[in-house]
Amino acid sequence: MTAPPRRSWPPSLVAGGVLTLLVVAVALLSLVWTPHEPERVRVLARLRPPGPGHWLGTDHFGRDVLSMLMAGARHSLAVAAAAVAVGLAVGVPLGLAAAARPGWGDEAVARGADLLFAFPAVLTAILLTALLGPGALNAVLAIGAFNAAVLARVTRGAARQVWRREFVRAALALGRGPGGATLVHVLPNVAGVIVVQATILFAVAILNEAALSYLGLGVQPPAPSWGRMLGDAQTHLFTSPLQAVFPGAAIAVAVLGLNLLGDGLRDLLDPRHGAARVT
Amino acid sequence: MTAFLVRRLLSLAFTAWLATVAVFVVLEVVPGDPALLMLGTEARPDTLEALRAQLGLDRPAPVRYAEWIGGLLTGDLGVSVTYNRPVAELVAERLVITVPLALGALALSTLLALPLGLFAASRHGRAGDWAVMAFGQLGIAVPGFWFAILLILVFAVELGWLPAGGFPGWSAGAGPALTALLLPAVALAVPEAAILARVTRAAVLDTLREDYVRTARAKGLGRRAVLGRHVLPNALVPVVTILGLQFAFLVGGAVVVENVFQLPGLGRLVYQAVGQRDLVVVRDVVVLLALFVVAVNLLVDAAHAAIDPRPRGAA
Repeated sequence: MTAPPRRSWPPSLVAGGVLTLLVVAVALLSLVWTPHEPERVRVLARLRPPGPGHWLGTDHFGRDVLSMLMAGARHSLAVAAAAVAVGLAVGVPLGLAAAARPGWGDEAVARGADLLFAFPAVLTAILLTALLGPGALNAVLAIGAFNAAVLARVTRGAARQVWRREFVRAALALGRGPGGATLVHVLPNVAGVIVVQATILFAVAILNEAALSYLGLGVQPPAPSWGRMLGDAQTHLFTSPLQAVFPGAAIAVAVLGLNLLGDGLRDLLDPRHGAARVT
Repeated sequence: MTAFLVRRLLSLAFTAWLATVAVFVVLEVVPGDPALLMLGTEARPDTLEALRAQLGLDRPAPVRYAEWIGGLLTGDLGVSVTYNRPVAELVAERLVITVPLALGALALSTLLALPLGLFAASRHGRAGDWAVMAFGQLGIAVPGFWFAILLILVFAVELGWLPAGGFPGWSAGAGPALTALLLPAVALAVPEAAILARVTRAAVLDTLREDYVRTARAKGLGRRAVLGRHVLPNALVPVVTILGLQFAFLVGGAVVVENVFQLPGLGRLVYQAVGQRDLVVVRDVVVLLALFVVAVNLLVDAAHAAIDPRPRGAA
């Protein structure tokens, strides 16, 4: 009898995990320590280039850019995480229910997802802002609605495949109801797909949150956010071009980490996918 | 194929109708008194009354909805409270910027992505493949509006080759107008191209593994002939699907990128309308952009049906 082959970690999982942990660690660190108070205005120290005292320079209000980036990580991750949580809480049950009961309910979920896909997150946020005013909560709702549509569709597709499998039919034949079969047999078998999708949506949510904050529709000042920092930096592009580089790089690192993590998780949880890639 | 397209047309018409209901309910029913929301609590009662009459708020919601849909179908979109001009006129002025921008970005991203995806697949596992995959990862991770700002930094601030923003109008000639649209289109196209290049690469690799490709090679067909006759037509199917799905992102991206470049397109119009609380403009432009996305999805379905070499029943 031979021992099962040892499964190695996909490189993208390791790289993505490290980058994501780094961003999360910075966000958590900002709760207890930043080089300077991120919201403190120092008019005499405005638009300083990177150097000792202010490693990444200061913005047009004299605020320390590194401290703002660290605190911005916290806000960006919090909005994105909440938007993914909304997507999971709404989309997954809808997708599971649609797959369990084909018919008009299934059709309604599919059409509902189609409807939400017609509205990019930025448009939904614009609609909500027109009604409720700008803010982090509206950004969460707008991005969460998009996430819910994606997760409902992905969960429905994956769950429908599981419903066709023998063991689910056997469970039904043995008297288990559709609800019980969904919880005990279907959900565990689609969990991997959902985790991968949620990771990728987390990355998309960070991008969307940044875009909304750039437009002034997301996290509101004085709380620092990466998108707003970029918006502010754009007005000083001619005098202080470096200020436009750091927040964008922070967003790119966070998104890259989560995307790589998602790819790695997919390779790990769906070995077929990984095998298809390397042959 | 006709039956398939009619079915899709009906389904998308239903989605489009749902989109109008959703926007109407959210903007006209949820806030209670839209006139109060638009003018604020400080507004004088007679001004409020005048706006209520202009918006037709004295009539029941279903009647207002029917009138709005009738207006949408006939091109009468109501009057903007801020500009005091018909919304249809405002939209027409802005469409000549947003449509060329979105279609230009779509064309650019496709022109960039297809050769890159094919190149990566043909160099599978080698340096060229890794380079395209790295471009794919970076292109997805970099926010479009940051890329737009970097383009301004390099091509407008440092090199001075292209304008940093604004639009001279088509009346100034096609040259200056297209020059103003070039950087925004590139800013929108490159992140899209990154995703499309990955999808093209994966689709070509999947198709290369199919038995019929092996058979075609075995019967002596040349590499180019196999690629052109068997691989590309099959690989294009998922690529076109993603192209359609990406269009919604492109429209969302256009709203942001128009603001980065101060382009007076539909995206900037709706964004400014939010600040001005001009709900009539917000309602009409949001619905028009959503209908634009739905219409492009229908075109994608038609293209899908036309290029999919598999028999209809199997598709």
